[in-house]
Amino acid sequence: MTPVIAVKEVYKSFHTVRAVNGIDLTVHEGQFTALLGPNGAGKTTLVEMIEGIQTPDSGEIRVLGLAWNGNEDRLHRAIGISLQETRFIDRLTVTETLRLFAGFYDLGKTRVYEIMDIVNLGEKADAYTVNLSGGQRQRLALGIALINRPKILLLDEPTTGLDPNARRDIWSILLDLKRHSNTAMVLTTHYMEEAEYLCDYIMIIDRGTVLREGTMDQLLSNDAADKIISFSLEPPHPPRVDIENNSPFPIHWHPGNSRGTITVSSVEADLPVFFDFINKRGLRLKNMECRRRTLDDLFTGMTGRRLDE
Amino acid sequence: MSRPVRLKQFSHLTIAHLKEISRQPAVLFWGIVFPILLAIGLGLAFTRDAETVHNIGVVADGDESPSTLSKLEAQFGKAAAKPNREFRIRGPEMIELAIADEKLGDILYLFEPGSWEASITGLKQGRISMIMTFTDNGPVYHFDPQNPAAQLAWLRLSLLAEGESGSLKGPETDAYTEGEVSPLELPGTRYIDFLVPGLVSMTIMMSCMWGISYGMIDKRSRKLLRRMVATPMVRSHFLAALMVVRIFINTVESALLVFFAWLIFDISIQGSPWALIIVFLAGNIAFCGIAVFTSSRTANTEVGNGVINAVVMPMTLLSGVFFSYHNFPEWSIVIIEKLPLTLLVDGIRGVFTEGAGLAQTAPAALGLFLIGTVFFAAGLKIFKWH
Repeated sequence: MTPVIAVKEVYKSFHTVRAVNGIDLTVHEGQFTALLGPNGAGKTTLVEMIEGIQTPDSGEIRVLGLAWNGNEDRLHRAIGISLQETRFIDRLTVTETLRLFAGFYDLGKTRVYEIMDIVNLGEKADAYTVNLSGGQRQRLALGIALINRPKILLLDEPTTGLDPNARRDIWSILLDLKRHSNTAMVLTTHYMEEAEYLCDYIMIIDRGTVLREGTMDQLLSNDAADKIISFSLEPPHPPRVDIENNSPFPIHWHPGNSRGTITVSSVEADLPVFFDFINKRGLRLKNMECRRRTLDDLFTGMTGRRLDE
Repeated sequence: MSRPVRLKQFSHLTIAHLKEISRQPAVLFWGIVFPILLAIGLGLAFTRDAETVHNIGVVADGDESPSTLSKLEAQFGKAAAKPNREFRIRGPEMIELAIADEKLGDILYLFEPGSWEASITGLKQGRISMIMTFTDNGPVYHFDPQNPAAQLAWLRLSLLAEGESGSLKGPETDAYTEGEVSPLELPGTRYIDFLVPGLVSMTIMMSCMWGISYGMIDKRSRKLLRRMVATPMVRSHFLAALMVVRIFINTVESALLVFFAWLIFDISIQGSPWALIIVFLAGNIAFCGIAVFTSSRTANTEVGNGVINAVVMPMTLLSGVFFSYHNFPEWSIVIIEKLPLTLLVDGIRGVFTEGAGLAQTAPAALGLFLIGTVFFAAGLKIFKWH
């Protein structure tokens, strides 16, 4: 089966900064892919090259088997995009804005009303776009991206800056789309929950390269040690030597938030050993949690930084 | 990249842009109402009054009006003895002498009796332009020779005083005949007649430059241009819609401006309306083209501000909108005449005041059309959509 998006060995630099440093990406029909990484990782540059907004310095990008050059009209009709923070014409209403964009695809009013229904903006049909909340504006941007029933949806940080409820609204629209259509989606985000909740396939990107990629299970079960014990102590700042020396496990102590983390393969087997170690050192646990390792832990393990930094 | 014309896209773009503009009351005020107010204000300020008023301080023996009156009567009595002329005491501190003149306009002399000090204060404040004192040899006129209004008052008063002797010839002497003074009463010679074509032209320039350039830079900075070109929108349709809306707005603005100038000042179009329409459209095309070129790269509204000002300010000052550019040095006039705004002002003014027709305005219209086309093509070539 021909992939809907095929990116091969793509490089892109701005002045002296290498934004994308040899990335490969393949997306199949109906597949939801997340490009997960912190700010400045190169996600937006990569997605804009797929959108045809930027051209790569080298490498090849094919969308629906076609190169951008010479196929602009056809490809624009097949993709739907939402840019980071688009602001529309202030004094056009939601309906008028949708009608304007529908006009670009030779679509009429019926589709405009369908979209308002899909993105749940019916109540705001006659509101000027300048008066919409951040969440409503992002839903409008998503509605515009969906107006032409795209085969490929490219969303650049669609929920950045939104409150949890507004984020959930966007997610539920996208999950509905996944259930009822064969549209493929590429989404950039620095929220691991978003990638985990919406996407089948996740690429973790940092400094223009792919650190790791795969399904959620593949990413988190590469190593046997996939559980995390996270704890804090009383008093909160014990001498570092007391914690880290001769510990049965490698302990990562984060002085910033006064918390330690241990990565273990079995909570049942390793937790008693941990308690024993704490007692013998005369330390007192203030707070402790055991959880499955997350994408953020994975990213921190590889880079020493957090995704949302 | 040539694409077929898509009427639906074009009409959606045009309607959207028209709504965008018409829903901003401030835009309508500054675009339409303000030029009209400017024309009315400047027209009233610089158009000749029906009556010229000369304010003159008079220092006589006593400060009271009656004693001053007798001095004035002694001086100007013969001139005031004609029909409909007389010295009138207007209030306790003012004596007036009105002289009707159908050709040069009525003249009203307002004499204000007072002490030397009080008169000097009035002169400093600009309330009066001249002081008269009386000696045994007759009146002495005190005024700043650099002040044309004072000079005129002096000349007129001298003529009044010596009118009967015939030593000076002028409108108030008996030697004044129909042939010696021929006041200009031809249409198109007033300042308002000069001003309105200039204002129409300037409005076109400002409206295109700020409306199109600023709108485009703003849309670029909002990433709206980037979003729109990621659809099958035909790019030239987008620009064409902006231009069509702008030309429509400029037509309404100019028509209203001319209408009000006609209503209040009775200005008229002496030349061919077709010539006016053609040069008007060519001017719109020129400035739409320049606007597209000006806004072709930047996404920063402050940079845009500077660039637009750099284009419009010199032309506003040099191109003869408010005053003639023929007072500039000879060498500069050759350049000024080629500026787009000068071409437009001269073209429109030619039709309004000099009765120009198609033949006379054709070079200006052609020049403007070429300027517009070249700048539009260049702008489109380097246009930054992303």
